[in-house]
Amino acid sequence: MSKELIVILLISPLVGFLINGLFGKWLKGQEKLSGVLGSLAVFISLTCSIIAFIKVQGGTTLEGENGILYTWISGESFTFNIGFHVDALTTVMLLVITGVGFLIHIYSIGYMHGDSGYTRYFAYLNLFVFAMLILVLGNNYVMMFVGWEGVGLCSYLLIGFWYEKQSATDAGKKAFIVNRIGDFGFLLGMFTLFAAFGSLDFGSIFETAKELQPAADGMGFVETDNFKQIFGASTLVIATLLLFVGAIGKSAQIPLYVWLPDAMEGPTPVSALIHAATMVTAGVYMIARSAVLYNLAETGVVVAWIGVLTALFAAIIALKQNDIKRILAYSTVSQLGYMFVGVGVGAYASGIFHLVTHAFFKGLMFLTAGSVMHAMANELDIRKMGGLRNKLPITHATFLVGALAIAGAPFLSGFWSKDEILHSAWGGSKAIYIIGLITAFLTAFYMFRLIFVTFYGKSRVEPEVASHLHESPAVMWLPLAILAVPSALIGLLLGVGGHDSWFHHFTEDVFPKADKAPGNVILFMVISSIVGLAGIAYAWTRYKDRVPSDEPTNALQRLVANKFYIDEIYNTFIVQPIKNISHFLLWKVFDTLIVDGIVNAVAAIIRVIGGTLRRLQTGLVQVYIVSMVIGIVLFLAYYLFFA
Amino acid sequence: MSLGVEYYLVLSALLFTIGVLGVLIRRNAIIIFMCIELMLNAANLAFVAINRSLGSSDPDGQLFVFFVMAVAAAEVAIGLAIIVSVFKHKKTINVDEVNSLKG
Amino acid sequence: MTAEHVLFFVFGAVSLIGAISVISFRHPIYSALSLIVTFFAQAGLFVLLGAHFVAAVQVIVYAGAIMVLFLFVIMLLNLGTLSAKSALKGKLKGLAVVLGVLLAIQGVYIAMTAGTDTALESAQASTEVVTTYKIGELLFSKYLLPFEVTSLILLAALIGVIVLVKRENQAEN
Repeated sequence: MSKELIVILLISPLVGFLINGLFGKWLKGQEKLSGVLGSLAVFISLTCSIIAFIKVQGGTTLEGENGILYTWISGESFTFNIGFHVDALTTVMLLVITGVGFLIHIYSIGYMHGDSGYTRYFAYLNLFVFAMLILVLGNNYVMMFVGWEGVGLCSYLLIGFWYEKQSATDAGKKAFIVNRIGDFGFLLGMFTLFAAFGSLDFGSIFETAKELQPAADGMGFVETDNFKQIFGASTLVIATLLLFVGAIGKSAQIPLYVWLPDAMEGPTPVSALIHAATMVTAGVYMIARSAVLYNLAETGVVVAWIGVLTALFAAIIALKQNDIKRILAYSTVSQLGYMFVGVGVGAYASGIFHLVTHAFFKGLMFLTAGSVMHAMANELDIRKMGGLRNKLPITHATFLVGALAIAGAPFLSGFWSKDEILHSAWGGSKAIYIIGLITAFLTAFYMFRLIFVTFYGKSRVEPEVASHLHESPAVMWLPLAILAVPSALIGLLLGVGGHDSWFHHFTEDVFPKADKAPGNVILFMVISSIVGLAGIAYAWTRYKDRVPSDEPTNALQRLVANKFYIDEIYNTFIVQPIKNISHFLLWKVFDTLIVDGIVNAVAAIIRVIGGTLRRLQTGLVQVYIVSMVIGIVLFLAYYLFFA
Repeated sequence: MSLGVEYYLVLSALLFTIGVLGVLIRRNAIIIFMCIELMLNAANLAFVAINRSLGSSDPDGQLFVFFVMAVAAAEVAIGLAIIVSVFKHKKTINVDEVNSLKG
Repeated sequence: MTAEHVLFFVFGAVSLIGAISVISFRHPIYSALSLIVTFFAQAGLFVLLGAHFVAAVQVIVYAGAIMVLFLFVIMLLNLGTLSAKSALKGKLKGLAVVLGVLLAIQGVYIAMTAGTDTALESAQASTEVVTTYKIGELLFSKYLLPFEVTSLILLAALIGVIVLVKRENQAEN
């Protein structure tokens, strides 16, 4: 595989961004051109990704020295290269990013039609794809971090895309700030790794890590030339946990998940691409990439528990939401939790597999939600929908495919990937498995609650909206139809056979060998299917033909409907105290009194000195000469008497 | 037996001091300029006297006088032009009335 | 008491009196004329020192050209009698006089001791007259660069004067 291929793959969206970003002014009024350009840029990347994928499958990877493009920073004890690392994991991510990304670009041409920020939108979207590609292509943590920050920036820009709307800008800032917390952890993790390994290259870190021998006393590892236990025995534990903090922020896990539901303020295709399919899975990718370290440090259990608790928590919140995009957002948080369970229990391939399937079906569902909004004049409240099945047949059909996939209906993609994760979780911890299973039931339930309320029953659409209810144009429903195919079938293609599936074989060189989970595969599948179908059936009994009365009737329901008051708790205990400290201590005391006081005092002192000294400037030339002559006399006196 | 160099130097010092005193106590810009010329001349005298008493065969000191004169000529030309300009503006050449540099 | 002594004291006295007159007269014309007297006396001193060329230039350039310029300006501005009052007031004026006296004492002291300076002591004062030929030779060999620079200074002064006066005229128009 040649570096040039990867360079083209990477640069193409950047060029798209530059054209749309710099010359957007001249593209105004020709928005089709702008959208086509943006889509074309991603299409080129997609083509390159497919070529790379085929080559990787043929056994050629791009690693180590071969992947280095040029040296970015060179110092005495460290060198950072701009380099690529392309292996099975990378190409999987590449295909997801460019594949789903391309379809979403196409969809956006229709969805964003008529928006005043059309070219800006495509510029941001291309920039996002570029940053995301850097994130997955980098052969070191520094490049990964560059991409990590880049996607964070684009996420911020796109959430606040409709910046005239207060809620959108607030949501953008919230996402950015919450992500900073995670990024800070990621940065500290990088520092720790650098201090321990003296390098941030994947190649050298993982090579060193693979050679590490456990210390004789069972605490940590034997130090080598390339490995120093800077924090004693727990060096790797600290490093991996700090990296995981970064993943928590980026992938919206407890306790930093709060930004993702608010991120739905952005345009719906953005929610599909960034906040469902790609960016939020960066944390999962990072852990999978660092699999060697997580295995050594044995911190996967933390990852798995955080993941499963997030999955359950988000699923519970989703039960009581009425905003179509927020339900999907909480569902995303929940599914990300599953992925962390997968990578946490050591089933890295399963976690990544779920990432892939989730990217397809969740991307699909967001796009269909966008299609519904498009038809409903941007209505988001599912209580004001109902009976849309007849008016929006394609949207309904594709959404149904996505919902069935996520609910784990047999033989659809989500069924295979989720089942693999649950099966592996059973091998790790029975408790995690049970919670995962409960979550699967809840997932099926709230998804079909959404479906029944939205597409079935009596229409509750307001009359003036109902009059121009229409199916979306082809440029929008075609991507839906295309996405529906992998959402349904990709599991059958790649996932059949559990740990012997094609996907596992494809990625077996990347991940450390995982123990085969105990128990009968078929049995687990049956249990999962029953749970999923039960959830669907329960939703059917509750919401079929029934106007949902969602007024909370007891304390527990109120708690759930208000999302456990997490935002309020954060607001009271973190945001407000910081605001108060900033306002009173930092502004009123520190800034006004101390900083301004010092500045004003300096100015006042100089003014007094200047006021005194200016009297010397009489403007009378002879006064100046007198002082000069005084100097001469003194100088001569010194010369005569002392020299 | 020629005259000792110190005679000339004492004379030079006295002339120079008179020049300085003139600059200090007179208020007329033209007089001040004349005093500056006096000081330059005092220096010239010292140049020539020291040059001779050093016994050098080359008259370097006299050349310096030559240069000093050239500079003095330039200075007087410019200075007088400035005085004329000031006079046109202020209708006076008293230096105590020309104090726009007062701080 | 040689002729040189006599001539030195005569020229010296004249130049001193002339100098004092410059700073004493109220009318600038008198001051200027006194200055010319001083310059002539100094030219005599230069002759005594064997610097005939310098003496000639002193008369031509200083007493001739520069003083004419002074007189011209004085007449142009039509300055009458000026008060001899100093610009300096009260204590500063006293200070100026004290400084002048101090400076004179120091200068004379330095000059007196200069005769005992070793460099001057050992040297045999040359009595020969410096010819113009020799000055010219030096001017165009050892001091060629300063000589050329001097011409540039004069040129700059020339242009400067034109600019200064010309701008005034435009401002008036």
